[in-house]
Amino acid sequence: MSRTFARLSGLTVAYRAEGTSSTALEAVDLDIVAGERLAIIGESGSGKSTLALALAGLLPGDAHVTGRIAWPAYGHAPLPGRDYGFVFQDAGASLNPVLPVGEQIAEVAQRHLGMAWREAYGRARDLLARVRIPHPEAALRAYPHQLSGGQRQRVGIASAIAAQPRLLIADEPTSALDMVVQAEIVALLGELVREDGMTLLFITHDIALASGFADRIAVFRNGRLVEAGPAIEVLSHPKDAYTASLITDHIDLSTPPLIAGDTA
Amino acid sequence: MSAPLLSATAISRTYAGSGRRVVALDGASITVARGETLGLVGPSGSGKSTLARILLRLVEPDAGRIDFDGVDLLSLRGEKLRTMRRRIQMVFQEPLAAFNSRATVGSALADPLRIHGIVSQSERPAAIAHLLERVGLDPALASRAIHEISGGQRQRVAIARAIATKPDLIVLDEAVSALDVSVRGKILELLVGLQREHGIAYIFVSHDLAVVRAISHHIAIMEAGRIVEHGRAHDVVADPQSATGRALVAAVPRLVLT
Amino acid sequence: MSVLSRLLRSPEGAVGLAILVLLALMALFAGVIFPRDPLSIVGPALVRPFTDASFPLGTDRLGRDVLAELVHGTRASLAVGIAAAVVALVVGSLAGTLAGFAGGLVDEALMRIVDAFQIVPSFLLALAFVSVAGASLPVVVFAIALGAWTAPTRLARAEVLSIRERDYVAAARVIGMRPLEIALREILPNALPPVLALSSVIVASSVLIEAALSFLGLSDPNIVTWGSMIAEGRNVLRSAPFLSIFPGIALMVTVLGVYLFSEGLAEALAKRRARA
Repeated sequence: MSRTFARLSGLTVAYRAEGTSSTALEAVDLDIVAGERLAIIGESGSGKSTLALALAGLLPGDAHVTGRIAWPAYGHAPLPGRDYGFVFQDAGASLNPVLPVGEQIAEVAQRHLGMAWREAYGRARDLLARVRIPHPEAALRAYPHQLSGGQRQRVGIASAIAAQPRLLIADEPTSALDMVVQAEIVALLGELVREDGMTLLFITHDIALASGFADRIAVFRNGRLVEAGPAIEVLSHPKDAYTASLITDHIDLSTPPLIAGDTA
Repeated sequence: MSAPLLSATAISRTYAGSGRRVVALDGASITVARGETLGLVGPSGSGKSTLARILLRLVEPDAGRIDFDGVDLLSLRGEKLRTMRRRIQMVFQEPLAAFNSRATVGSALADPLRIHGIVSQSERPAAIAHLLERVGLDPALASRAIHEISGGQRQRVAIARAIATKPDLIVLDEAVSALDVSVRGKILELLVGLQREHGIAYIFVSHDLAVVRAISHHIAIMEAGRIVEHGRAHDVVADPQSATGRALVAAVPRLVLT
Repeated sequence: MSVLSRLLRSPEGAVGLAILVLLALMALFAGVIFPRDPLSIVGPALVRPFTDASFPLGTDRLGRDVLAELVHGTRASLAVGIAAAVVALVVGSLAGTLAGFAGGLVDEALMRIVDAFQIVPSFLLALAFVSVAGASLPVVVFAIALGAWTAPTRLARAEVLSIRERDYVAAARVIGMRPLEIALREILPNALPPVLALSSVIVASSVLIEAALSFLGLSDPNIVTWGSMIAEGRNVLRSAPFLSIFPGIALMVTVLGVYLFSEGLAEALAKRRARA
């Protein structure tokens, strides 16, 4: 029997600036099931990032929130790091450029698990190995700018899971990476989530990417939840025309080429 | 068989600075046929963007030769180079960053028309309106500021700017990567349509093999500054010979419906 | 919403603008409010301030109206301060853009010249120049600009170096724009905002340097400036401190007004660009 991890009821987020107001999310009702991998699909302006920030309590100060987010799993709003981990789109910007990555990961363990620094560094090294960074011992002392984009994202994931949170929110974690690295990172996330029994909220604009690992899919458009349901159902029998258009607009290797006379 | 429009041979480029040497390109060679699209694919760091910029003479190579329609491209300087620029144009990845923040749609399109004297000043507004129609935009957009229009519209304006001088070749550097999925297909259709109408050749640089496959006649795969595989698009995708090719094919997300 | 209304909403912007407008009015209408030459003797010497209605701020050692001198002095201070800042900013922006855009030897040569000017404290530089070239307002303006042009140059150059790598500059090169047009149309306008932010600092320090120069008797002797007023009051500092205090307050208020205004303006402009 699946438990509700979090429940959004009528969640509305608006930004007010100088008399004008823009609604990023409108009347969203969505359940997050414990242990599931939920993919939030949306294009630009859909509100998907706002949703991630709202769940993480990271909305800017001038955001106006109505409706509620209930957390049956915790009984209180989740604490960053301890109760949930957040993986950002731009790993480079979310890491402190003047601190070695080992220290940044260790700090999460030290602060939230009450570990001594020595122990925390050991945990950081183990995490780096788990996210498949080569030479984890040496990597502890590396600075973010010395790592590639894909490696920085692995570090971001390592620090997100360092305190063993039950929820992992990934906001377009692969959108800034190339295809090959993207596939590796997605596979890594799937593996970690499965091993640790975490609930995963994966935000992306790529419906095919989500189809590869999501249990459920929620489609957003212009701040509204358009459709939500089990992945296979939404993809094979979309109820909404927008969802259907996202599926048909997707380009993969089986899409017939647009240029004529290419039969070879 | 006609001679290729562009033939780049053994292009090399190394970046040296503060004790480190990064080999961006290591003897890469490509050819593009007239009116056809060459897809240049590779993971990040493979050198494809560097190669694109070298073809546009934005970056100078350390070694190599580029023949463009019988002309030694790398030997051109000053006014001769500027005149040659009419024939090779570029579309960038980030539509917003590719325009001066103070520009309007009209002023951005007027620039190439004015610089190369393609039409007289009085004829320019009509030429701009015509260009906007060719890329599927309302001519009334000419008075709008670049940051006021949508991302997809902006990229169409970038394409209009690129075709303003009636080039023989356009280099597109990840030109649809920053666009919404629903907009991507339309931009690709526009590009293919323009190619059919005007015989423009494209070099389409991307890390997304699926997008490249959709509009390329030939594909060249890059890894670590070298071309590791090339051939007809269909062949390369159906049966990749290189490890990089196989990795790129495997990395394309497929809709999993079961 | 226009920049002006946004400016007026912030307390810094509103107060700063009010002060600057007041000063500007004082400078513009000095001749109307006090038509007589402020350096003319109008009454008994050393009348205390707030005692005589016809001399609200008192008179100095020679019997000149302090309030008239104060109001007329606004002209010199504002004129020199703003003129020097404009010269410094224009020269600095052009030199910095040239250095950043041209690179190589031109850049190296210009930066070494900037170094040379920065080594000497700007006040001493101004002092030396005025001593040699003679004291008149244009000379004072130039003397102050000699020290003030280096900071805008460095800043403009840094901005240009970063802007040079942007895609829209590459796009301009690709469509065949000539280097001069790229520098003036694509790069310079986008490099200016941080340089303009410096303008408040430069105006403020120019006003103070001018005051110091005229305190030392090195400014134009035929016009009244706040610095010369302070110099006058130095001799009777113990018995009539008000002669130096009032121009001192005027200087302080001017500098404060300039800073507050530019704070408010920077905020108002930043919001506009962030929204766009």
